[in-house]
Amino acid sequence: MLQEESDLSLIIAQIVQKLKGSNLYSQLERQAWASLQRPEIKLESLKEDIKEFFKISGWEKKLQNAVYSELSVFPLPSHPAAPPEHLKEPLVYMRKAQGSWEKRILKSLNSMCTELSIPLARKRPVGEQKELLNKWNEMGTDEPDLSLFRPVYAPKDFLEVLINLRNPNYENGDSLSFRTHLGLIQVPLKVKDIPELKECFVELGLNTGQLGIDDSTQVPPELFENEHVRIGQKVLAEQDSAAAQQYIRQGSPTALRAELWALILNISSEPEDVLYYEQLKTNVIQHDLLVDSLIYKDVKLTASNDDYYFVFEDYLYQVLLCFSRDTSVLSHFAYNSASPPKSYIRGKLGLEEYAVFYPPNGVIPFHGFSMYVAPLCFLYHEPSKLYQIFREMYVRFFFRLHSISSHPSGIVSLCLLFETLLQTYLPQLFYHLREIGAQPLRISFKWMVRAFSGYLATDQLLLLWDRILGYNSLEILAVLAAAVFAFRAVNLMEVTSLAAAEAVLADLSTLKVMPLLQIFLFATVT
Amino acid sequence: MAGKVKWVTDIEKSVLINNFEKRGWVQVTENEDWNFYWMSVQTIRNVFSVETGYRLSDDQIVNHFPNHYELTRKDLMVKNIKRYRKELEKEGSPLAEKDENGKYLYLFVSQSNKEAYVISLYINNPLLIGGRKFDLRLYVLVSTYRPLRCYMYKLGFCRFCTVKYTPSTSELDNMFVHLTNVAIQKHGDDYNHIHGGKWTVSNLRLYLESTRGKEVTSKLFDEIHWIIVQSLKAVAVNASPSLTSSTANDRILKYNLINDTLNIAVPNGEIPDCKWNKSPPKEVLGNYEILYDEELAQGDGADRELRSRQGQSQGPRAGRSRDSGRAVLTTWK
Repeated sequence: MLQEESDLSLIIAQIVQKLKGSNLYSQLERQAWASLQRPEIKLESLKEDIKEFFKISGWEKKLQNAVYSELSVFPLPSHPAAPPEHLKEPLVYMRKAQGSWEKRILKSLNSMCTELSIPLARKRPVGEQKELLNKWNEMGTDEPDLSLFRPVYAPKDFLEVLINLRNPNYENGDSLSFRTHLGLIQVPLKVKDIPELKECFVELGLNTGQLGIDDSTQVPPELFENEHVRIGQKVLAEQDSAAAQQYIRQGSPTALRAELWALILNISSEPEDVLYYEQLKTNVIQHDLLVDSLIYKDVKLTASNDDYYFVFEDYLYQVLLCFSRDTSVLSHFAYNSASPPKSYIRGKLGLEEYAVFYPPNGVIPFHGFSMYVAPLCFLYHEPSKLYQIFREMYVRFFFRLHSISSHPSGIVSLCLLFETLLQTYLPQLFYHLREIGAQPLRISFKWMVRAFSGYLATDQLLLLWDRILGYNSLEILAVLAAAVFAFRAVNLMEVTSLAAAEAVLADLSTLKVMPLLQIFLFATVT
Repeated sequence: MAGKVKWVTDIEKSVLINNFEKRGWVQVTENEDWNFYWMSVQTIRNVFSVETGYRLSDDQIVNHFPNHYELTRKDLMVKNIKRYRKELEKEGSPLAEKDENGKYLYLFVSQSNKEAYVISLYINNPLLIGGRKFDLRLYVLVSTYRPLRCYMYKLGFCRFCTVKYTPSTSELDNMFVHLTNVAIQKHGDDYNHIHGGKWTVSNLRLYLESTRGKEVTSKLFDEIHWIIVQSLKAVAVNASPSLTSSTANDRILKYNLINDTLNIAVPNGEIPDCKWNKSPPKEVLGNYEILYDEELAQGDGADRELRSRQGQSQGPRAGRSRDSGRAVLTTWK
């Protein structure tokens, strides 16, 4: 088993390398030095004693959580000699497609800049800085003229790009067969079928208790809910990330959710984190970025008009404006197929010494972006904590929903998974919709890109995102999308146009996601 | 076979009239023989004033109890609370505590120049959500007073101020910050026509449980329900809720509210009979929940007041309105 051993030692080496630069490392060092004062630490057995001390004081658990976090986020290297691009995206044609898409986005941004004669960034005059600081908690009351700004792109633009993706090495042949994929996505990625999904999402099975099903008022709480809450409290007391992730597959009790998510994402609010957030806030006050206007516009168009999230409008600005300036986000581009856009200081085009990433965090917001943050406002009302949670959710999950990659949780795979599920298990429906010019993906795409935020009722959305965290995968979004179509199949079979199909699926606010998922995966005859 | 219910109203509101018509009830004038009269507040006063001496017959019901306005006018509430408190004293309830001077502890009434003013204690650190103050609009139906039977509509809502709350005194002048009445908010520049700054109560519950924990939230709702029941016991009834709808969502809500109300108040769509005094079966409650049923309570020997286990299971029905057509509730077009 030499290969496995060397793989393992490589992984260990990488994780150690990563953690050495972290706050946790310096804390552990400090703790180790401080522990020398303790009577139980003896010189003869220094190493074991300190290890024992770490175990008892809970520091070992913190280290475990950090390692677990790294394992969850960082992809395992396929080969020690693999170049860094492979970590971002192993398939060349995908990399190329992502590159072209990025060029287009940047071009769009630059032309908007030129048209409106607005700089990408400018330093605010002192008076303006003061004003903004005073208004920090109610930026929503500002009514800047945003009519000339348009979102850099909307989900449907992105969909068109995905539809045109082709693998140049793949020859489909001209003849249609039962293998032919009738959907919009025409790249041969491997996606799971229902038997495989059942194995993967085994905790969602009919014989396992779920929050979202077994906590309804008709079910006595003694049957499942009370015990589940008790276990949740225990998991939190133990502060064990891995246990929390396993636990949350069955859903999180409302009162424990904020803490559980923080534990799974390995977020603890240290003073350094609050300070870091304040630093970002200062950056916002001092400099105005063009993307700020895009963010404003997005919030006004989406979250402000939402029945649930309008209350949190001001929080959204506080999070997203800071997010744009956070250069620590740049590190996630190591495993994101996307790359941060580069901009050059005026007059120094092409000179690398004068290149900066724009925006500083490398992420250009698109129409609907603020909806990734909005549901989190139901859980966290302290801005720096809210910020940390959102940032971690973004670099673990959300970035995959708008970059082109072959990753199983990437949007391309999700689209293909959705279409394949529909075509395989609801062929009549799929065929009918196709015939009337209503390709199902055209309707479900926006749901998946937004991780259903803004489409489901908040409590249902949170139950769904529980499972995203629990399974460390976005595949459940595609499964839910298919389950929704299955649920409304009868009505959909009767429509005769894309517009009518859209109307049938326009309102998802009354849906209960867990029963839908359960029925689709475990109770449908396959 | 019993005839159709004959109805009258002096409020020309579609949420009412459509509900009557869909039940196949017959509209008549107030001079004719009627079974159901949805009265405006003015009419109630005239009908039940001492001078007219109007008596309802056994097959007539109206939408207000005679002294309903006593619940909504603070001065009359004081009178009733005082009287109720005397009763509670007899029962030995802690609400009737007195201090060493023999003065009641829990209410302050300022008196000057023979006029009694009621001063409500202003709370200057109210619960804020998103930095805003909000109030609660809850619908309670009282079907009978003796025995007390009341229902709380599950789909109550909160109304938010458009402006951020600040306790500084200069802002005390700013009506928009402190008052949350929708009628006033509508004239603020920030009023958003699409949603009118509302949340369903179940949404509020989700938020509070998520950010503050289950015990505190359950306690809050228990206390709210308790206050309501106590107030009802002190007086009798409910006054006129606003039937003007500000948004499409709002219209749907009120339509369904009236629908459920009528199902409970006029069971089986039959002509009312004052001798019929049974508790309605669970199925007709619709979106109402039993807040307090005196008969059931006395039967069990235990207070069957509304449990805190409301949870999210019923779902925030009056949710998003991005479109037409809702699978479950009636649409309003």
